[in-house]
Amino acid sequence: MQRYTRVAIGLHWMIALTIFGTFALGVYMHELPLSPTKLKLYSYHKWIGVTIFALVLFRLLWRLGHRPPSPPPSMPAWQQRAAAVTHVVLYALTLAIPISGWLMSSASGFQVVYLGILPIPDLLAKDKVLADQLKDAHEFLNISMLALVVLHSAAALKHHLLDRDDVLARMFPLVKPRSKNA
Amino acid sequence: MKLKTAVALAAVLSMLGASAMADSVDYTRSQISFVSRQMNVPVDGRFGKFTAQVAYDPKKPAASKAQIEVDLGSVDTGSSEADVEVGKKSWFNIASFPSAKFVSSSVKSVARDKLEVKGNLSIKGISREVTFPVSVRTAGGSSTFEGAFPLLRLQYKIGEGIWSDSETVADEVQVRFRIVTTGNK
Repeated sequence: MQRYTRVAIGLHWMIALTIFGTFALGVYMHELPLSPTKLKLYSYHKWIGVTIFALVLFRLLWRLGHRPPSPPPSMPAWQQRAAAVTHVVLYALTLAIPISGWLMSSASGFQVVYLGILPIPDLLAKDKVLADQLKDAHEFLNISMLALVVLHSAAALKHHLLDRDDVLARMFPLVKPRSKNA
Repeated sequence: MKLKTAVALAAVLSMLGASAMADSVDYTRSQISFVSRQMNVPVDGRFGKFTAQVAYDPKKPAASKAQIEVDLGSVDTGSSEADVEVGKKSWFNIASFPSAKFVSSSVKSVARDKLEVKGNLSIKGISREVTFPVSVRTAGGSSTFEGAFPLLRLQYKIGEGIWSDSETVADEVQVRFRIVTTGNK
């Protein structure tokens, strides 16, 4: 069995867990009444978003130099295509969601200052109407990602439990490979 | 007769007094704004309504006087959620203290077109002396007074209780003003 590289596996799970965390944080924080805690959580959410964006860029660069293992030959062509499309859209969302958040923050009149130290330039000037539209976009992109993550996870489980192939094992070192020559 | 003269004299004097404080202010070109810092993010805000009385004589700058009253309810903090919040008791407590007031006590000319203004700033029932530099630009019968000073919000109890944590909302708020007058008539 050919696994993903350790770096690719590490990045995949680090990014996945960070996304779960900051997704939950985003849902939780925006309902809070204004308080210092809310201001802190918003800042943390933005810092995490910037971090995810940087990790995804690094992951894409890594992927360019390290081809991922090819799908099992037993996999039907339409599934291979569906998996490829899902992966491309997931990558696109992991970049588009932080970008939409950053633009939304700028349009709301709040510059993103990474870790409270590094100011990230505002691409947009303050504009309330635009800020509301970007908020909708940020939400829509997140819901789309949630749906795709469900699909992605369901497909991984299907490969492992029904197809009994190595698709999950090559990205998830905690499960035993199905093939004997692993 | 005597009484009438006295009344008339008083009226004239009070008018003179008023006119001494009566360069007319062009509010469309005047502005009072501020920059607060939340989690080290600078956020622009401003006050939509204020009244200013300025008497400035370039030949006798030391005789100048200024009085500014800011309607705190007209605040634009940069977010509508915060606009509501800062009216509350722990912030400006607008119900009890609807306005902030600055009254100059002394004006010094420190350089050409540079003044140093000292006076009392009262917010939320707390009055403190502040001193700040003001630059003056005079052109075509109108004068523009510009300046800025750091205001330490906790000295005026702006943001009490949970909000007194200056790690989240910084103690220092940069206040900026531009007052344009169209001169004595």
